[in-house]
Amino acid sequence: MKMNQTWKKQDIELKPGMSLNGKWHKFRYMIKRKLGSGAIGSVFLCECNGKEYALKISDNSTSMTMEVNVLKSLQKVQGNRLGPSLFDVDDWVTPHGIKYSFYVMEYLKGETMASFIKRNGSAWIGVFMLQLLEDLERLHQSGWVFGDLKAENLLVLSSPPRVRWIDVGGTTQKGRAIKEYTEFYDRGYWGMGSRRAEPSYDLFAFVMVFLNLYFPKRFNKGPNAEKVLYAKINEVKALKIYSPCLMKAIQGKYQSSAQMKNEIANTMYKAQKTHTSSKQTGRTQKVRTKTKSPVIVETGGIFLLALFYYLSSLLVP
Amino acid sequence: MKKGTLKQILLITDGCSNKGEDPAATAAIAYQQGITVNVIGILDDDQTEEPEGLHEVEDIALSGGGVSQLVYKQSLSQTVQMVTKQAMTQTLQGFVNQELKQILGPKQSMEDLDPEKRGEIMEVVEDMGETCDLEVLVLVDTSASMHDKLPTVKEALIDLSISLNARIGRNRFCIYSFPGKRKDIQKVFDWSPKLDAISTIFPKLTSGGITPTGPAIREAMYQFGKKSLLRSLRDEDEPNVEEAGY
Repeated sequence: MKMNQTWKKQDIELKPGMSLNGKWHKFRYMIKRKLGSGAIGSVFLCECNGKEYALKISDNSTSMTMEVNVLKSLQKVQGNRLGPSLFDVDDWVTPHGIKYSFYVMEYLKGETMASFIKRNGSAWIGVFMLQLLEDLERLHQSGWVFGDLKAENLLVLSSPPRVRWIDVGGTTQKGRAIKEYTEFYDRGYWGMGSRRAEPSYDLFAFVMVFLNLYFPKRFNKGPNAEKVLYAKINEVKALKIYSPCLMKAIQGKYQSSAQMKNEIANTMYKAQKTHTSSKQTGRTQKVRTKTKSPVIVETGGIFLLALFYYLSSLLVP
Repeated sequence: MKKGTLKQILLITDGCSNKGEDPAATAAIAYQQGITVNVIGILDDDQTEEPEGLHEVEDIALSGGGVSQLVYKQSLSQTVQMVTKQAMTQTLQGFVNQELKQILGPKQSMEDLDPEKRGEIMEVVEDMGETCDLEVLVLVDTSASMHDKLPTVKEALIDLSISLNARIGRNRFCIYSFPGKRKDIQKVFDWSPKLDAISTIFPKLTSGGITPTGPAIREAMYQFGKKSLLRSLRDEDEPNVEEAGY
């Protein structure tokens, strides 16, 4: 094995139409197009026996093996919704004799959360929050922490809209050191906690995922990182009603995702309730509601819709 | 099974050595002594390609059995911790490979195994990486051109300590700078489990003119043996304190 591999970003260029044969399992994959590339390796859309798959390939066999190990253990968690399902793991030797490792997984088709929300409105924020927290809770329950939770690792699948994780490479066993992270989403970088894998680590990144929606260019931590985060959370109108929960998550005050999920669901419920009660007592409070009611009606409506979509997404497996 | 301690030198520099023996040669000696040498070359913002002077970076890491990486100073933090972890995995994998060769014959290495077996072995390597003890000697180039990069280096080292201290295994760091006054290297920060305290020391670093990378690595090598007897005795008395909680 190559001992002194200097560690460089080396993108493998596979041309559409090319095919590769697995060294061990002998499957033949036809490359269709490139889907993207990350810190380790590139992902391609490919076809095998008439089915489409996503194929991740890299010359870093070590990291690839570690990612496959994670995918395999996630597969053991009941249900299949945590991350894409794994189809094949193999090596490919080029005609020049260079060895690459690759693995093949379910191809998830969808769009980024940012583009979905841009088209469908911020009513979906609450839905996605609940969906993500539900998945995180299941992951944490099984002894894992996502680690590198970020917008790029999430995809919204359509009908019904459902957030899914597409890259689980950073998933780390609870109690260990986080394997992979991105500075903006990392609480260690913001000085808000350790890099030990625990549920609160993911919940911090969770908040940053939603901040990133509204600050796509991200922002710097400055001399007082904590203040910057609070200011940014309060700055976004669409996140306003969740801000108490988001603050708590940033401070690491939630012990579990379930706890945070409950509070967010409650917030949504209350927002909806105030909306209906303000309608009933509308006459007596005429003067005050005159200025307030449009906002309340709007947010209330949004949450009714959000709750409806969330519930319907639960019904359809 | 007794857990071993991994020893690493992390060299952070921005240029070519210009005094003393070949740094690649001293790195090779260190590697022989069981110390891995990793090198991070910092690029100036206007440097686009690999500059001549930084070719050395790869050579040193190659003969030192470690990992090398060229970066702009903005991404130094993440690089420092990734290089350190990558080198740990590489070293441990090297050990495992040696064992495999003894069991399976000289021509077998991990990559000749099928992906399933490889996965199982990687799990072991990962476990070892998480639980083994680690000693990192940081060797910072403080020649004149490094002056404006030192604050970033400081940030990156504090960040490294955050990352590594999230592991289950124990860590120990120390920092040396080179060139020293009248010596090849100068102690900046003595062996310690954390690096949070370095904020106060770093601004005092003075920049010198020459870059004696080779001699610096040679001197750094000896610092691993120099830990006081008292300390090593004390460490033996408290076996795996951190482990207890897991």
